[in-house]
Amino acid sequence: MADKVSKDAVEALAGRLFDGMTIMAGGFGLCGIPETLIAAIRASGVKDLTVVSNNCGVDDFGLGVLLAGGQIRKMISSYVGENKLFAELYLSGKLELEFNPQGTLAERIRAGGAGIPAFFTKTGVGTLVAEGKEVREFDGELYVMERGLTADLSIVKAWRADQAGNLVYRMTARNFNPMMATAGKACVAEVEKIVEAGTLNPDSIHTPGIFVDRIVEGVHEKRIEQRTVRKREIA
Amino acid sequence: MAQDAKGWTREQIAARAALELRDGFYVNLGIGIPTLVANYIPTGVSVTLQSENGMLGMGPFPYEGEEDADLINAGKQTITALPSSSYFSSADSFAMIRGGHIDLSILGAMQVAANGDLANWMVPGKMVKGMGGAMDLVAGVKRVVVVMEHTEKTGAPKLLKACTLPLTGQGVVDLVITDLGVFDVGRGKKPLTLLECATGVTVDEIRAKTEAEFQIAEKAAA
Repeated sequence: MADKVSKDAVEALAGRLFDGMTIMAGGFGLCGIPETLIAAIRASGVKDLTVVSNNCGVDDFGLGVLLAGGQIRKMISSYVGENKLFAELYLSGKLELEFNPQGTLAERIRAGGAGIPAFFTKTGVGTLVAEGKEVREFDGELYVMERGLTADLSIVKAWRADQAGNLVYRMTARNFNPMMATAGKACVAEVEKIVEAGTLNPDSIHTPGIFVDRIVEGVHEKRIEQRTVRKREIA
Repeated sequence: MAQDAKGWTREQIAARAALELRDGFYVNLGIGIPTLVANYIPTGVSVTLQSENGMLGMGPFPYEGEEDADLINAGKQTITALPSSSYFSSADSFAMIRGGHIDLSILGAMQVAANGDLANWMVPGKMVKGMGGAMDLVAGVKRVVVVMEHTEKTGAPKLLKACTLPLTGQGVVDLVITDLGVFDVGRGKKPLTLLECATGVTVDEIRAKTEAEFQIAEKAAA
């Protein structure tokens, strides 16, 4: 079996970064983001990136650090409301932006990874999202055609990997990571812990190892964006 | 009665919206007033809350010290799981939403039109936040209920003949609940109808603050 384990993020990304490339990055808000790989991409200085990710981090964390580094030329996202720098760069014309409805984004990536070049969906019919796209009637309802989406590289975050690259995610940190793992020409996964093959239950694997090229143990701050708690009832 | 005592508060709007819940429903609640609906689920009604970032069966906020960065809702708030909860990918989550498996979506709006059109994601040149999952929800969920203030802070009406902001969906709104009353929109397939007036609010007041023309149901006129 090919050895997929890298000693660190720099080694995991070696030879896979180039200016003008498209990168998919998993995560929802700051939950389940490949923060170690993002930091390594920041340090590499690679630029003119098109980044596909549901959000764009916050000003000083997650993908926000690539924005601050001036490395992103274009974002494909569904929601970027948590990032002031993003709004500034976009409104001043320094950043291209393609908004996709969240479900359309997820399905475009799923389709891209599955070799499906396009599909039809009701989402966005009659809105700006449908402009310039084919709209077709099926069974009396209108649907807009959306294209499958692939990338030069996908970077994902999982909870556990084994040496074969099988991945298990944890709770809502799964989000876009499984589809993105399938849609990159190469996929680098950072995980909290790499375990021996045979440790993970084959029935519980979320991403089979065929989709994963490199794995690396990351260092995770796991920052919380909106810490919300309730008071304990006092007996 | 004092001017500010009229109409419903945010909590009262949420409580009214909660009356749209039915036992056994799978429900997606948006951010803001819709989130408050979870506090007013009627006795004897059990619903399962879906969070579009990948969870069914959302529990309450965690106790202090028990927050988990891996467990958040679509508003990025820390939450908890229930014994019946499940986690899944964004693709599976939107298969639930787009495939018509969610019974009810309650969400906010900037504008709603008599034809059922909804605008809630963009102000050109000003707001560049994105639509998130809103376009998918209104296109795929069986019933769409909007909760919103009846007018802008400027007093400009939000219930219009036609939306002026970019649309989130065309002919998608079933019901609108505002601080002044409840309207049946029926996805624009029937005339806009005022169903209920909020506490202390008259039909004339509502008419003065509504651009769209509407009919009045018998119980609202009473």
